[in-house]
Amino acid sequence: MSKDQAELTQTPLLKIWVPWMSSSLSRRRGSSVPQFTNSPTLIVMVGLPARGKTYISKKLTRYLNWIGVPTKVFNLGQYRREAVQAYKTFEFFLPDNEEAMKIRKACAITALKDIHHYFTQEQGQVAVFDATNTTRDRRADILCFAKESGYKVFFVESICDDPDIIEANIMEVKLSSPDYQDCDKEEALVDFLKRIECYKMSYVPLDDEMDRNLSYIKIFNVGFRYLVNRVQDHIQSRIVYYLMNIHVTPRSIYLCRHGESELNLLGRIGGDSGLSPRGNKFACTLAGFIQSQCIRNLKVWTSHMKRTIQTAEALGVAYEQWKALNEIDAGVCEELTYEEIQEHYPEEFALRDQDKYRYRYPKGESYEDLVHRLEPVIMELERQENVLVVCHQAVMRCLLAYFLDKSAEELPYLKCPLHTVLKLTPVAYGCKVESVFLNVEAVNTHRDRPVQCSCHSPTGVMIFTVISSFFGSSLLLLQNVDVSRDPQDALLTVPEHI
Amino acid sequence: MASSPRELTQNPLKKIWVPCKNGLPDRHISQRRVCMTNCPTLIVTVGLPARGKTYISKKLTRYLNWIGVPTKEFNVGQYRRKCVKTYKSFEFFRPDNEEGLKIRRQCALAALGDVQRYLRDEGGQVAVFDATNTTRERRGTIMSFAQQNGYKVFFVESVCEDPDVIAENIVQVKLSSPDYIHCDTDKAVEDFMKRIKCYENSYEPLDEILDGGLSFIKIMDVGRRYLVNRVQDHIQSRIVYYLMNIHITPRSIYLCRHGESDLNVKGRIGGDSGLSVRGKEFAECLGKFIRDQSINELKVWTSQMKRTIQTAEALSVPYEQWKALNEIDAGVCEEMTYEEIQENYPLEFALRDQDKYRYRYPKGESYEDLVQRLEPVIMELERQENVLVICHQAVMRCLLAYFLDKPAEELPYLKCPLHTVLKLTPVAYGCKIEYISLNVEAVDTHRAKPENVDISRLAEEALLTVPAHQ
Repeated sequence: MSKDQAELTQTPLLKIWVPWMSSSLSRRRGSSVPQFTNSPTLIVMVGLPARGKTYISKKLTRYLNWIGVPTKVFNLGQYRREAVQAYKTFEFFLPDNEEAMKIRKACAITALKDIHHYFTQEQGQVAVFDATNTTRDRRADILCFAKESGYKVFFVESICDDPDIIEANIMEVKLSSPDYQDCDKEEALVDFLKRIECYKMSYVPLDDEMDRNLSYIKIFNVGFRYLVNRVQDHIQSRIVYYLMNIHVTPRSIYLCRHGESELNLLGRIGGDSGLSPRGNKFACTLAGFIQSQCIRNLKVWTSHMKRTIQTAEALGVAYEQWKALNEIDAGVCEELTYEEIQEHYPEEFALRDQDKYRYRYPKGESYEDLVHRLEPVIMELERQENVLVVCHQAVMRCLLAYFLDKSAEELPYLKCPLHTVLKLTPVAYGCKVESVFLNVEAVNTHRDRPVQCSCHSPTGVMIFTVISSFFGSSLLLLQNVDVSRDPQDALLTVPEHI
Repeated sequence: MASSPRELTQNPLKKIWVPCKNGLPDRHISQRRVCMTNCPTLIVTVGLPARGKTYISKKLTRYLNWIGVPTKEFNVGQYRRKCVKTYKSFEFFRPDNEEGLKIRRQCALAALGDVQRYLRDEGGQVAVFDATNTTRERRGTIMSFAQQNGYKVFFVESVCEDPDVIAENIVQVKLSSPDYIHCDTDKAVEDFMKRIKCYENSYEPLDEILDGGLSFIKIMDVGRRYLVNRVQDHIQSRIVYYLMNIHITPRSIYLCRHGESDLNVKGRIGGDSGLSVRGKEFAECLGKFIRDQSINELKVWTSQMKRTIQTAEALSVPYEQWKALNEIDAGVCEEMTYEEIQENYPLEFALRDQDKYRYRYPKGESYEDLVQRLEPVIMELERQENVLVICHQAVMRCLLAYFLDKPAEELPYLKCPLHTVLKLTPVAYGCKIEYISLNVEAVDTHRAKPENVDISRLAEEALLTVPAHQ
């Protein structure tokens, strides 16, 4: 029984309450990070070539990283390309090609070694082993490997017998692969189909009876049907849910912020103000733009805040309000200017610049909290087809980071200017982005990380203005995010306002 | 088409922005929360007797209602009991019992009639048609009915051959059924097994090929395996996710609030204060209580607010902090007493009493918002086994309403006193609840709904039900 209940102290950045232990050796009992799983998870893809394994691997990895689960893909084809410098023909994959078999097996072993390293040395939590893994032997080897180290295994098998889908896959991602760089399209297609044949003979799909003790999901024909067996834990349940909600139907997602608001003009953050005259103009222009795009069955989503709703109103179409799309809650800093934040909360202001992703406003939220609250939005966006999301700066950064696979460090500095629509179209393994500025002037609300040149003496510090770079990170200059910094340094990158 | 944006006004209760004309809300399509589905959904259970169809129906209905989707279950067995006053024996269910077949078919149609009324006239969005529906013919009839009415159909089939599971089902829910009320246990079991036999010969399970065009989930062996076919929309996707996360392993869920806090003592709401002396005493008692219960592999969850964490710290076990378990955000009213709210925001105070579930504090949240934020917590609670959740008054009310199937009207007034642990144990089709007071005094923080909720009421009338505080 603990006789002295530990006093609690709140960590300044995350605003998490932790016991104030006099001994730094005491382990903290309370975890503030959701416990998705106790042991690392190895996701093993299974399926013939051109069944979408790499598509699924990459997409799943992107999703898991975004929700905060460190995940990495290990693509066997890449290992093979490194081992065998130049690909000649499908003959490499003939089942009786002993030389090739040796190389392929060696590659698999190397990949598994790298996975082990990722889990033990790089704090990885999930590894996706992207390969055909079509034989029971190969899968048994993997299970053995996992068992030795205490990793959980979850198989994802993609089965497809629709020749049109397979051909479309090949066209979209195989022909542009390094393997077929110098090939004529027709020849490449023929060769790849022969490659698939090489695997077909020895392909043993996961079996209802023989593999009934394994944990897996079988995806039939791009999501028509799923067979799910023995989900072991929370992360596997989330993975299954995600895989069952994604689709490959072509569509576009439009992201934009509300029109310029009254508070934007005053350089104040947060709040719930209405549109400025220019913001109203943007809303009308947006309507024209949307019409001109002739988008099929467009859904329009807004937050619960006045400025996004006013913007959507101008479109003259039905829209849905999502509270989850509300702007980040700046807590005690709501409706303040950056200058006022610097004046009243200089330490908070500095902490925010130190780790903008994890920093939580007092009585407010962090970007990390935002991602958590936006997860159902992303899930529904995956289910939907054409959608226009009218939201806010921080929210848009989170959504964009998901689609463009941006890290937590980059996310809070992504450029999402007012009056600009981003059109995202899934293509191959990623997302095409088109940025359309609708030609209505607005204030700039983007504040870069403040910097200070490191090569000058403390007495005569020279300060450089950050030239807006798309990635928002300063590689060459030191950031002045110290709590003791000069107010001038802090306010250096604040954009102009009234 | 694109005109100058309409003026907006903020609905005073829910704080939702809606377009207005001359200061009054305009008729407007887009006020709904997230649209779950465009047309009503008919969920149809499939399976032999004692496969958990009613258990699933009731649980699913409870979940959907809690997340705000009006749902109702229609159990054909109940219609049959109304029609055939007394149950004699399994012979009623014999496939060659023409009289029996006629009655059963009539009951099914009567139930479908009620389904139609519910979805068309009573604002229902989902109806769960709970019956064996074991023949393709019966399912065909239901599909026609659904098509005529424009309903989407989603089948939920439960397949189980484990004799232990079936036997346990029978013991838990069949023996106490009105059918066997006057029966001796052994006779009842024997009769019920024969009843199952009556269905076996004509049972046509959903087939991947033959029924490939239908939307369904086949649950095999109580959740070991699932076959999911053609999920059509958001609500079906949510239903599948839910069904894949529930289990029937016996366990208990313990709900309690943090120990009494300094702000509690002062009668102030919200905030992030620490425990009072009595609150700390409670935490110690809670620690002892938990140890005495000898709970197998207990997980402990708290919010990210100081008072729940301080409480958990006294247990000397690992715990997980969930931001989603934070107390309802009272916005501009944070850290005020009810007297101060009445003084500064009398209109808000009255609106809250008018519809406490939907009322959203200015710059804050409503109970309705809370439920949405707690949904992932419920989902994870379903996955877990023994869990102790140390949370807050409004949060605990929401969680309790889910487990005890309380409607939105009752939810905000559920009694969740400080220093009391609620132990919930699933049993049969519901939840057994035990209230355990840990015998440490604390202030009362429960404010009942006053009689006068009119905005023109006097301050005294508003403050009538405020509990005593410093």
